[in-house]
Amino acid sequence: MPSNRMDTGGRIDRDRPLNFTFNGRRLQGFAGDTLASALLANRVRLTARSFKYHRPRGIIGAGVEEPSTLVELLGDDASGNRPATTVPLRDGLIAKSVNCWPSPGFDLGAINQLIGRFIPAGFYYKTFKWPGWHLYEPTIRKAAGLAAAPAAPPEQGHFENRFAHCDLLIAGAGPAGLMAASTAGRAGLRVMIADEATEAGGSLLNRRLTIGGTPALGWVKAVVDELATLPNVTHLQNATVWAYREHNYLMVNERAPDNPSLLERNWRVRAGQVICATGAIERMLVFGNNDRPGVMLASAAQTYVNRYGVRPGQRAVVFTNNNSAYAVAADLTAAGITVAAIIDSRTDVPEEARTLVEDVDVLAGHVVTGARGARQVRGVTIAPVDGGASRQITCDLLAHSGGWNPAVHLWSQSRGNLRYDDTLTSFLPDQAAQDATSVGATNGQMTLADALGSGARAGADAAGITMPDIPTSADLIYAVTPLWRVEQGRDKAFLDIQNDVTVDDVHLALREGYDNVEHVKRYTTGGMGIDQGKTGNINIIGTVAMQQGAPLEELGTTTFRSPYTPVSFGAIGGLREDSVVLPYRHTPLTAWNIKNGAFMYESGARWRRPGYFPQPGESFQETVNRECRIVRNGVGVYDGSPLGTFEFKGRDVGRFLDHIYTNIMSTLKPGHGRYGLMLSDDGLIIDDGVALRLSEHRWIVSTSTGHADAMNSHFEELLQTQFPDWNVFVTTVTSQWNNATICGPLARDVMQALGTDIDISPAALPFMGFADGHVAGIPARLVRVSFTGELSFEVNVAPRHLPALWDKIMTAGAPFGIAPIGSEANHVLRVEKGFLSLGHEVDGTVDPYDLGLGWAMSKKKTDYLGKHAVAIRRSGTTNRRELVGILPEPDQMIPEGAPLTPGGERKPTEGLVTACVYSTVHDRWVGLALLENGHSRHGETVRARLKDKVIAARVTPPIHYDAAGERLRS
Amino acid sequence: MMNIPCPFCGSRNEAEFAFGGPVKPDRPDPNTVSEGEWVAYLTQVPNPLGPVQERWWHVKGCGMWLTIWRDTRTHDIVEGPADAE
Repeated sequence: MPSNRMDTGGRIDRDRPLNFTFNGRRLQGFAGDTLASALLANRVRLTARSFKYHRPRGIIGAGVEEPSTLVELLGDDASGNRPATTVPLRDGLIAKSVNCWPSPGFDLGAINQLIGRFIPAGFYYKTFKWPGWHLYEPTIRKAAGLAAAPAAPPEQGHFENRFAHCDLLIAGAGPAGLMAASTAGRAGLRVMIADEATEAGGSLLNRRLTIGGTPALGWVKAVVDELATLPNVTHLQNATVWAYREHNYLMVNERAPDNPSLLERNWRVRAGQVICATGAIERMLVFGNNDRPGVMLASAAQTYVNRYGVRPGQRAVVFTNNNSAYAVAADLTAAGITVAAIIDSRTDVPEEARTLVEDVDVLAGHVVTGARGARQVRGVTIAPVDGGASRQITCDLLAHSGGWNPAVHLWSQSRGNLRYDDTLTSFLPDQAAQDATSVGATNGQMTLADALGSGARAGADAAGITMPDIPTSADLIYAVTPLWRVEQGRDKAFLDIQNDVTVDDVHLALREGYDNVEHVKRYTTGGMGIDQGKTGNINIIGTVAMQQGAPLEELGTTTFRSPYTPVSFGAIGGLREDSVVLPYRHTPLTAWNIKNGAFMYESGARWRRPGYFPQPGESFQETVNRECRIVRNGVGVYDGSPLGTFEFKGRDVGRFLDHIYTNIMSTLKPGHGRYGLMLSDDGLIIDDGVALRLSEHRWIVSTSTGHADAMNSHFEELLQTQFPDWNVFVTTVTSQWNNATICGPLARDVMQALGTDIDISPAALPFMGFADGHVAGIPARLVRVSFTGELSFEVNVAPRHLPALWDKIMTAGAPFGIAPIGSEANHVLRVEKGFLSLGHEVDGTVDPYDLGLGWAMSKKKTDYLGKHAVAIRRSGTTNRRELVGILPEPDQMIPEGAPLTPGGERKPTEGLVTACVYSTVHDRWVGLALLENGHSRHGETVRARLKDKVIAARVTPPIHYDAAGERLRS
Repeated sequence: MMNIPCPFCGSRNEAEFAFGGPVKPDRPDPNTVSEGEWVAYLTQVPNPLGPVQERWWHVKGCGMWLTIWRDTRTHDIVEGPADAE
């Protein structure tokens, strides 16, 4: 098989061949290759099709800047839209091109090239307007799609998040970053250094330079080895610092963690100081057909010969406007590639650059006006920059360099300012917004000596030590003259290769009035691809500047946002799967419930509760009906532990409760309880519950299960911010008191069978009374509240005693037919009684009067939370939705939430059904609803409008059972 | 993700806190202000471009409600709670 692989050189292991598959072809590379270098070694040049025009594309870059060859990985590595230049080769890798079908060589979408002139930037905003964009969107999205997302998460391994703190975070392990790390690390700082490449060295990996008179990579190895010995230094490779947030909080995505069970790890780092040593990214030159396979960034061509031992072509033309490409030409020559000519847009080529390639033709003051060749480059057309006769040069590789853009992305994310530098013709870091500095090429220090020096300086400053010695090095002086685009030539000249944005598209945007760079970006989509325009954005700004005659510093840049490079969602999520983030809450009875066949589910605030206890062969409805009959006719028991419970202590508790409840609590006598409502200050019900006064200055307040956390916040905020001098202490005791609630007409009989030293006669322990003592020998607080409407005893005990108490209740209650009751039956029983449920009847729009609870609004108190807002709202003439009961006619279920409309017609709703349950006492469906002016509409018929039918219902008072409340007081 | 200075616990990650909203003026006595003033108190929340005084609850820490001045443009905490280091 023909190969572009060199016999020697590069950082690959020729003894470790790796087999891989690309678009169905079986190929071979070596350990140390990327997918891109292996493809080039196998002479695969046509690797992709472009996004919009489906033009043939090859490999353009050698790192994260790659705008062209995106691949979808299949099998174990399943992931989409990965630049081939950042995929480390491994044995068995399966990759395929995106944007083409069936293959990049024979792509049916290539027809778009023929109609290219009809689909300029923004064409679909203009074309697909009638009757609406949404008609066309699915087809267009499909045609424009990149890779498919993996269908399932990886079967092996998992993602992880890790928090870290350090004195100094260094982004980038090139010469500047390594110098900073070793300087600060030696001084004892807690240093973290992270680099996106698979090995440290940055640009030194791609170039042939010396440090201290020996190959630079020897110096790199020495520094890396030393860092490994320093316990205060954490060195991460294959780890991108991808976000720089406020308060020096940065994200690092580590793609190959040391733990084999980990796919990726995302670090969240709080750094004392940050050094951005992120290097620079070469920008493209803009000329006709600058996207043909074989047209490549000069630094990429240099990387392939030096780092991977691959010749990306046999006969090269180098096109440049700066010095750095001369070093590339020298390296290509040394690798055995014929450099046919260097085309330099500058008329004066600096002597130090020229001497690197004395045997190569240098055509100063010339430009490449176009690349020739259909599926790959076969030659170039060149012409003098100021006009004149053109000529052609044959080549199969065009290495071009438009200068260097400092990678200011992280700096910019930190909100640091940028300034435009005329000498470097690029944007550089200016004023820092956080504790950060930038060094090396990021800061415009383009030579190796300057990079080492600035890194050492920043490391020494961070550690507060004197500047260390800098090893000697030699590097070509950097000099550049801007060339934002070649004006000659008529072929498409691309600014953003990935999104197929041409010079013409930018001109169109400007003609149509989109003259701000942010608008140009959004109109043309230039810089909005996966590569975020790393090679092309500054050229777009330069093109706008040329067209408008405005200097670049006035135009500024578009905003640099995180992530710097794509990060998988898995890495961001880490292990934060549902049950890990918010664990379920359990009562001590969970094991008993499961053993006894309960159907368990979450019913508010993450509590796992038994929904119902089906017996063999019983349906859901049969189970719930049976449990309801047991409570209404005999005795049942349920676990009421999740109810929010707070202990209030202090001299001012009464005063405080008077402020947060609508009724007066402070007059309650010790030993008694009272039901109350709590409003927010804007007059809406936020909770209801019972307050028990244990003694003069000690109370128990219960809240609904789902709102306990919110109420805790409410109490604490008021006490700490509004009444800091009030003597009130709140303690959450939900999990300190568990309870079994025995309910039903036979509840007292079960209590007597259990045995208690508390007098449970109705006179001694009336409804809303409570007493401390023993139940079945267990210390308990007995409370007479009722959520079912039946005689109820809430037996509160310490959690460790609940299972024992439960067993004794089951034994003592057996002769009375006792059975456990789930949440579903509880729901039915409370609806029959017209008791409120937060989230059903209390939905954030109703006030107490709407619910018929106006009696709970104290007239005596001059002020309490919500009093005045309710008064103001009710002084208006708006129709209020009021709580009513409903009886569906004919008898059937109405889904919860069903809208009530006048006459069941398609009209604005006049209310909604809040609950509808099968009542065993009435042997029919009964419900509750919020209905406009409902209190005065009892007896009327209303209609629920569903998708497929209308159901009538008679309006009744909201209490369907025992309206006088005799049973619960019995 | 901000670092919020807590007077009890020291500088802690924002993830430990719950946002309590901007600080409104002191609650007036509703019996002495006009209806309009009362509605304004209930509904108007400071939302400046720049420093805003706001409350955070250290719910996953000591439980303290604390007050900071945060610059809404930069997230810089321009003034921490009293007693915080």
